[in-house]
Amino acid sequence: MEILRGISVAPGVAIGEAVVLEAEDYRIPYRTVPAEEVANELSRLASAFEKSIDELDKQAVWLNAHLGHDAANVFEWHIGVLKDERLRGSIEAMVREELAAAAYSASTVMRKYQQRFLQMSDPLLVERIRDVQDIERRLLRNILGEAREDLAHLSKPVILVAHDLSPTQTAQLAETKVAGIALDAGAATSHTAILLRSLGRPGVIGLKDVSSRVSGGDLVIIDGSNQLIIANPNEATLDEYRQREMAFVRLADELDELKGLPATTLDGHRVYLCSNIEFPREARVGIAKGSDGIGLYRTEFLFLRPEGAPTEEEQYKAYVEAIRGADGRPVTIRTFDLGADKYTQQRSYEQERNPMLGLRSIRYSLQNLDMFKVQLRAILRAASHGQVRMMFPLINSLMEFRQAKMTVHDTIEDLEETGVQVRKDIPIGMMLETPAAAIQVKEFCREVSFISIGTNDLIQYLLAVDRGNERVSQFYSPSHPAVLHVLRDVVQACTQSRVDCSICGEMAGQPLYTLFLLGLGLQTFSMAPANIPEVKKLIRLVTMAQATRVAKRALSFETDRQVTNYLRDETRKVLPEDPI
Amino acid sequence: MSDAEAQAVREVKIGNTEGLHARPVMRFIDVASRFQSKVSVMNVTRRGEKVDGKSAMQMMLLEATRGCVLRIEACGSDAAATVEALAALVESGFHQA
Repeated sequence: MEILRGISVAPGVAIGEAVVLEAEDYRIPYRTVPAEEVANELSRLASAFEKSIDELDKQAVWLNAHLGHDAANVFEWHIGVLKDERLRGSIEAMVREELAAAAYSASTVMRKYQQRFLQMSDPLLVERIRDVQDIERRLLRNILGEAREDLAHLSKPVILVAHDLSPTQTAQLAETKVAGIALDAGAATSHTAILLRSLGRPGVIGLKDVSSRVSGGDLVIIDGSNQLIIANPNEATLDEYRQREMAFVRLADELDELKGLPATTLDGHRVYLCSNIEFPREARVGIAKGSDGIGLYRTEFLFLRPEGAPTEEEQYKAYVEAIRGADGRPVTIRTFDLGADKYTQQRSYEQERNPMLGLRSIRYSLQNLDMFKVQLRAILRAASHGQVRMMFPLINSLMEFRQAKMTVHDTIEDLEETGVQVRKDIPIGMMLETPAAAIQVKEFCREVSFISIGTNDLIQYLLAVDRGNERVSQFYSPSHPAVLHVLRDVVQACTQSRVDCSICGEMAGQPLYTLFLLGLGLQTFSMAPANIPEVKKLIRLVTMAQATRVAKRALSFETDRQVTNYLRDETRKVLPEDPI
Repeated sequence: MSDAEAQAVREVKIGNTEGLHARPVMRFIDVASRFQSKVSVMNVTRRGEKVDGKSAMQMMLLEATRGCVLRIEACGSDAAATVEALAALVESGFHQA
């Protein structure tokens, strides 16, 4: 039994056999096995060799039949290397003598050879490194477990274990029987984490080396509520978790009963809880969970697919699907937020040195006006199907907002010229997610229809912390007093100017901050649908006077730790039985 | 006993244009593996290390390009025949492999 700790992306318990995704280009960390496991490790190694050779033999037969023997011969040396007894002997010796794990031993030996080829003067021989890497990858995949192409055809629920997942890969998990996820990499607010959260399946990320510690077929427990995973649990632990799995289902049912009830405080103050969605079909899911609308539709996920940018018609259909899914409730569509870790980096020839401070979000849209206008046309056309608002991401200056708004008006004119009637009065707002925008909030209030606070980026820029960097992500804290003060100032300015203000970052869905945000006077929260029931439960158990008092007190602390402790205590008073 | 410890050595020059690349290495190993003897090979021209003549990975490390001289050593009951066959293979340009 082995327990690993990480960062939770979604609460809950999942139990299943592990499927380990192919290790790409990263180092397998050093791991030893107990002496009594050596025989197992060696047989794991032997069958990995056998399986690899078998795969290549089959591939060679296929290539020979379809492309001729020249193509088949490419892999002849690969097979030769896998049958090389001396090579296999040195890997086995490492397992036997150093008690090193099979995957680590194989990787170490193969990498020593890669180094040797690297030093050669003949460029053709240096190319051999690619072959050695290819052989290494195949071998590791067969040591560590299943391949990714099998994910779509799973016959039973499994736990997916991987080094990292791209947002695109994560999106594809929606259609699979993956019950829980464990990743080496990741920080709580990375886009992969956001997507995993919206999948609503228990997951733990930032586990550092889970993908080499767990092998395909191992029984794994994901405990998303306690931010840990357990590999090969003992009988007692497994029993305990099977019961917790049941309890979790019961809690979900209990929260489910709240879905028809409004998020109203004990003293009758109505709060609107909307959902953040990435895919149009999630709109319906959110409404089913009792959400009051779509507070943030992240349209960039339409663009994160192998075929590239969607056409106007494809976008139109997606927006209409989301609007219909919302069933008459308000839908706030955010124009694509591309750049930084999404989309643009893969497509630019020159990678940006500091993409989070680079060409992203509205900056990218304004420099790619053709692409931007295609989206605006699709949104404007779709807007006639419901109660739609439009907002721009990462607005940092008034000029940017004006230019984006002007582009919308140009697009409306273009559409009208071609005989398409659209709503000219569509509300146009902004995401407030930079310190500059927060400082100028009063000026913005004169020009925008509404403001939605994006806490993820706001916190990252305010605290100068890369939320995706595991080495500093512990400094990324919504409890930082500076964050609380900025939020108060923004909400105050909006209230004074009578501009509708909502919050849509991860913070909005964390019960720990519900009382504080409510106490500031925020009336609209947008979050992952999975978080709605618990936040609603909390709001229904407090009064505005109580929340105002909590917010005021929270603003009086000097450190984030004090803030967190205080908010946790106050939240526990209201929800003593729930883990916060 | 004495047969088992018989040794044979030959030096041959690589004549084929591509040198000891993937396919010639595999031809070499095919032939070497038919014999009982241990085979070791050294690239005399580059003064490299001695490698196992039955290892696909190690043979590739010889960096044996056209014009290099290989020293083939066999040790075992069929040492002489082993060296003979391998030398013939190299001299034939690996049968135009």
